[in-house]
Amino acid sequence: MWQIAIVCIIYLPLVILTGHYLFRVTMHKKTWLDPFMDKVDHVIYKVCGIKQVDMTGKQYVLSLIISNAFMVFIGYILLRIQSFLLLNPNDIENMEASLSFNTIISFMTNTNLQHYSGESGLSYLSQMLVIIFMMFTSAATGYAACMAFCRRLVAKSDTLGNFFVDFVRVITRVLMPISIVVAIILVSQGAPQTFSANQTVQTIEGKMQDIALGPVASLESIKHVGTNGGGFNGANSTTPFENPTVISNIVEMLSMMLLPGACVVAFSLMVAYRKKKTIFGKQGLTIFAAMGMLFLIGLVTVYIAERAGNPLISDLGITQELGSMEGKEMRFGVAQSALFTTVTTAFTTGSVNNMHDTLTPIGGMVPMFNMMLNVVFGGKGVGLMNMMMYVLLTIFIACLMIGRTPQFLGKKIEEKEMKLIALCILIHPAIILLFSALAVATTSGVAGITNPGAHGLSQVLYEFASASANNGSGFEGLADNSTFWNVTTGLAMFFGRYLTIILQLAIASLLAKKMWHSDSVGTLKTDTSMFTFLLVAIVLMIGALTFLPALALGPITEHLQIHS
Amino acid sequence: METVRKGFITSDLVKSSLIGALKKFNPVTMIKNPVMFVVEIGFIFVLLLSFFPNLLGGGEGEHAQLYNAIVAIILFVTILFANFAESIAEGRGKAQVQTLKNTKTDTQARVLLADGTEVMKQAHELKKGDIVLVQAGEVIPNDGEVIEGIATVDESAITGESAPVVKERSGDFSSVTGGTTVTSDWLMIEITSLPGESFLDKMIALIEGASRKKTPNEIALNTLLVSLTIIFLLVVVTLYPMTTYLNVHISIATLIALTVCLIPTTIGGLLSAIGIAGMDRVTQFNVIAMSGRAVEACGDVDTLILDKTGTITYGNRMATEFLPVKGVDHQTLMQAAWLSSLTDDTPEGKSILSLACDLGVNTKDEQQLIQYSEHIPFTAQTRMSGLNLQDGTIIRKGAYDTIKQDSLAAGQQIPTNLEQLVHQVSAVGGTPLVVSMNHVILGVIHLKDVVKSGLKERFEQLRAMGIKTIMCTGDNPLTAAAIAKESGVDSFIAESKPEDKIKVIKDEQALGKVVAMTGDGTNDAPALAQANVGLAMNSGTNAAKEAANMVDLDSNPTKIIEVVEIGKQLLMTRGALTTFSIANDVAKYFAIIPAMLMVAVPEMNALNIMQLHSPTSAIISALIFNAVIIPMLIPIAIKGVKYKPMSATKLLQKNLFVYGLGGILAPFIGIKVIDLLAGPLLTMLGL
Repeated sequence: MWQIAIVCIIYLPLVILTGHYLFRVTMHKKTWLDPFMDKVDHVIYKVCGIKQVDMTGKQYVLSLIISNAFMVFIGYILLRIQSFLLLNPNDIENMEASLSFNTIISFMTNTNLQHYSGESGLSYLSQMLVIIFMMFTSAATGYAACMAFCRRLVAKSDTLGNFFVDFVRVITRVLMPISIVVAIILVSQGAPQTFSANQTVQTIEGKMQDIALGPVASLESIKHVGTNGGGFNGANSTTPFENPTVISNIVEMLSMMLLPGACVVAFSLMVAYRKKKTIFGKQGLTIFAAMGMLFLIGLVTVYIAERAGNPLISDLGITQELGSMEGKEMRFGVAQSALFTTVTTAFTTGSVNNMHDTLTPIGGMVPMFNMMLNVVFGGKGVGLMNMMMYVLLTIFIACLMIGRTPQFLGKKIEEKEMKLIALCILIHPAIILLFSALAVATTSGVAGITNPGAHGLSQVLYEFASASANNGSGFEGLADNSTFWNVTTGLAMFFGRYLTIILQLAIASLLAKKMWHSDSVGTLKTDTSMFTFLLVAIVLMIGALTFLPALALGPITEHLQIHS
Repeated sequence: METVRKGFITSDLVKSSLIGALKKFNPVTMIKNPVMFVVEIGFIFVLLLSFFPNLLGGGEGEHAQLYNAIVAIILFVTILFANFAESIAEGRGKAQVQTLKNTKTDTQARVLLADGTEVMKQAHELKKGDIVLVQAGEVIPNDGEVIEGIATVDESAITGESAPVVKERSGDFSSVTGGTTVTSDWLMIEITSLPGESFLDKMIALIEGASRKKTPNEIALNTLLVSLTIIFLLVVVTLYPMTTYLNVHISIATLIALTVCLIPTTIGGLLSAIGIAGMDRVTQFNVIAMSGRAVEACGDVDTLILDKTGTITYGNRMATEFLPVKGVDHQTLMQAAWLSSLTDDTPEGKSILSLACDLGVNTKDEQQLIQYSEHIPFTAQTRMSGLNLQDGTIIRKGAYDTIKQDSLAAGQQIPTNLEQLVHQVSAVGGTPLVVSMNHVILGVIHLKDVVKSGLKERFEQLRAMGIKTIMCTGDNPLTAAAIAKESGVDSFIAESKPEDKIKVIKDEQALGKVVAMTGDGTNDAPALAQANVGLAMNSGTNAAKEAANMVDLDSNPTKIIEVVEIGKQLLMTRGALTTFSIANDVAKYFAIIPAMLMVAVPEMNALNIMQLHSPTSAIISALIFNAVIIPMLIPIAIKGVKYKPMSATKLLQKNLFVYGLGGILAPFIGIKVIDLLAGPLLTMLGL
């Protein structure tokens, strides 16, 4: 328990500091990296021919989509011809078409759902030029979208910010520096960073074992800092080379928690901008508190469920004193595993330090539910945007209850906005439920399910929740490298990412163009603890109401069955 | 309270509403309400299944037919209740329309042609610009402006006010409304509106709901409800393959029951009733809102701009006390003041008379005095008025400076404490009138703007609601400040001209405020148009009425405050019932989910926290609750949720507690009670 508390205590000052830094980067204020990075940026702008002019919301989204599409195209080709290229000491084959499609969408959408194993499926060049490259660019895309979104909420015009400039600045000023620091810490803990080929060694039992090496630490850092989650190896952060010690485990957790939380702080500072100096800002604090509450509810649930152990295993006469240790690493134990599980799904990273498939039913339901909500901090800026949809929805209902037409930060929420907000909130459950239904109703879908009954359904729900939320963690256990699973999850990731971003930026654009109304005693206060409470209630209500039947059939049934 | 309750729902209204509700089952009408349309489709499915239980694959068990029939009946009743709510709301407006329509029976109009001849025409043949002559006892054929004549007009058909009003050429009493009756003398009227577009026509259309467009906020809320419906449809549609995969069999009727319970039928069924009833409440208040948008905007008002005269004060200054100078007794001054005003027809003069009478002035010989005295009217040159009595006594009253000059000119001393008295009156915002007899100054009459009673509390409430009040007045700053202080407005604009109002409105709007104002004169029209909510007085000019988005038939400017409250109430009712409806789903889930799965997964009984009788009973009880909650909420939908002015935070807290928490708890109790009644009954039926 104390390990969990320590992580949370270190997290708070760190997230506030980073939030201030992110705010300064977003608002083009002076930062300590400017003297050096300004030069780097200018070279990049010059080489790429980026004109630093302000864009309208539409131009911004268009630039985002086109640049992403271009990267997808290049990446796909690289995966398909990797065997002919450099840096392939382990002689990896070209990747198959549907798997390449899935992989490239997966990494461009910041999902990092992996239907391959890195050590056997990718060359070092692919790991770096496709995987690590996209880990930076997809995270930067998400942050850029979030910046554009937040700016428009507090602005009075729709023409502001340039996608390419935001994109470059996020990479050079935020992702790069933090990743370098994290990578060095991980190397110090024992994570490899090398171009040499895998080694085969003789173990003390006298057997031969392949040791997968490669540029692991550099991938590992951006994997967490950019809330990507795709491991260098198939077993992700459970392997000692990706996550050697408890310290590396804590560093990895903190690095995935850092930026999504900092986004909320940065937004809060933008709202409070020009009002008065503040450490956090009340508006962001209410949202942060709501996310924090949902996070803690989940964390405590997993911890209690895992701590209680699995009665089926106790019945076999195996002690459950340490909690349910099936699928967990001894060096992390229940506390660090429960925390990692909650963090990686709440912050939509998707890396794992234990096998989620082997969590107790309720323990496994929490990560699933985190991804179904997709607003508990969420990933790389988009989490904040998703939460803002619920904030707007809550405001809509709360404003009506006090007899005002809905208004947020002085902008009226009317029919057009409501349509888009509703659509945004609708997309995510629609993707998860429709694809899950499709999977269990078709033979090619059912073929991938490796467990009978309720647990099998959980596997399916988890996979699509993970894909649509752009999380990327796997329940694993699902035999998912088939055309059906590659294509369906590919589509789920694609729609879950781009439809949502387009709609969210459209909402921000609409709001930016609106007439501004002032606040008074009669208007809704959106920065009070009551609002936090109401927001949590609405998120849980919509989330729970939407997914409860499916969850009742999956994890809840399983839980009731093993406990009866 | 008792009368309100009696008037709320009559048996006639119930009968006609039931018929209306049945007519609304027509899918073409139904599709306008997507939430209830889904219920109707569900109903048709289950109805078919209760006749042909094997229509969709079969294997539904031996009692499927009966079960399906019960579900179908409950769904039918659910839709009926929703339609009934809408019909009731419409029905309440209709009674009002009927009286209006009666006044609209086609009248003959005497049209004066350019050459002076008269032609009789039907009212509906009148064109804009026609000149008509209307005599005592005749009905004014259409809206217009008086161009000649003076007459009393009975406007009770529209305003409900029985006292006739005087209409005359020019000024603020020149506009007449079609359908009202001239009760004395005659009027020559220029018609200003096209046939079928008169004020009366617009009113009828508005109340009848023929021109009822959904308001922006209603559309936005409807969007939310539709998307919730889609989400829950998705939930149920995808549930089917999932349960099939797990070999759990769930009947179609149960799935439809689950859908209907989850989609927001409560608010969906009541939404349009809330809108109609909201507009209706405004109308019953004798205010005609030109659009629902205007009523919604009322809820958002941040700033109220009020005229001092007529809105905050009673319009005319009134004498409130007599202040004799040193050496003069009160009685003498009072008598002189009374005399000075005997032939004074101004409201101020009249108020002096009535105050003097109240204080016991000697009124004998009144008629004689009036007859034989010389009346000196107020002129711009003399700037005083009064009487020259038969015996040569000269009584004058007027402004301080004028009387002082007059007195000095006659060689009289100015009483030492006169200036102090004058200041004393001015300092509290009053107007001092000085009275002299034979050029000897006797004292001062305190004329005061009297603030309407109860306004101070009103403004306090408005402040609590976050609404700022600004008073506009032509008075000097000193007087304005005193009235502002007495009435409790937040700020004031003194010496304001009509143009200033527009500036104030624009300034406030630039600060992001929603502004409401009242007005009646033609020069108010631009400001009424500029304001977000403009309430024109029915007694005002047509220009003002055209520019405003609401017209008060009673011409009581203070009403704007109530209209703001009605606007808020309308939005609150929507919000409260939406919250209630969504919160209800929690309990319904706890009733239905375990019931649905219990057959296949007996452990699910752990989630049956209400300890419901049987799975069938659980589903039926939830469905019945879902249906009966609609009529139970009709009174709230139609009367609106109770509103007391308070700050937004407190209001939210209160409504969340009542409708949020209440919405979660009520169905747990409701479903349990229904289950206790229905459970054994269903067992008897073999279900």
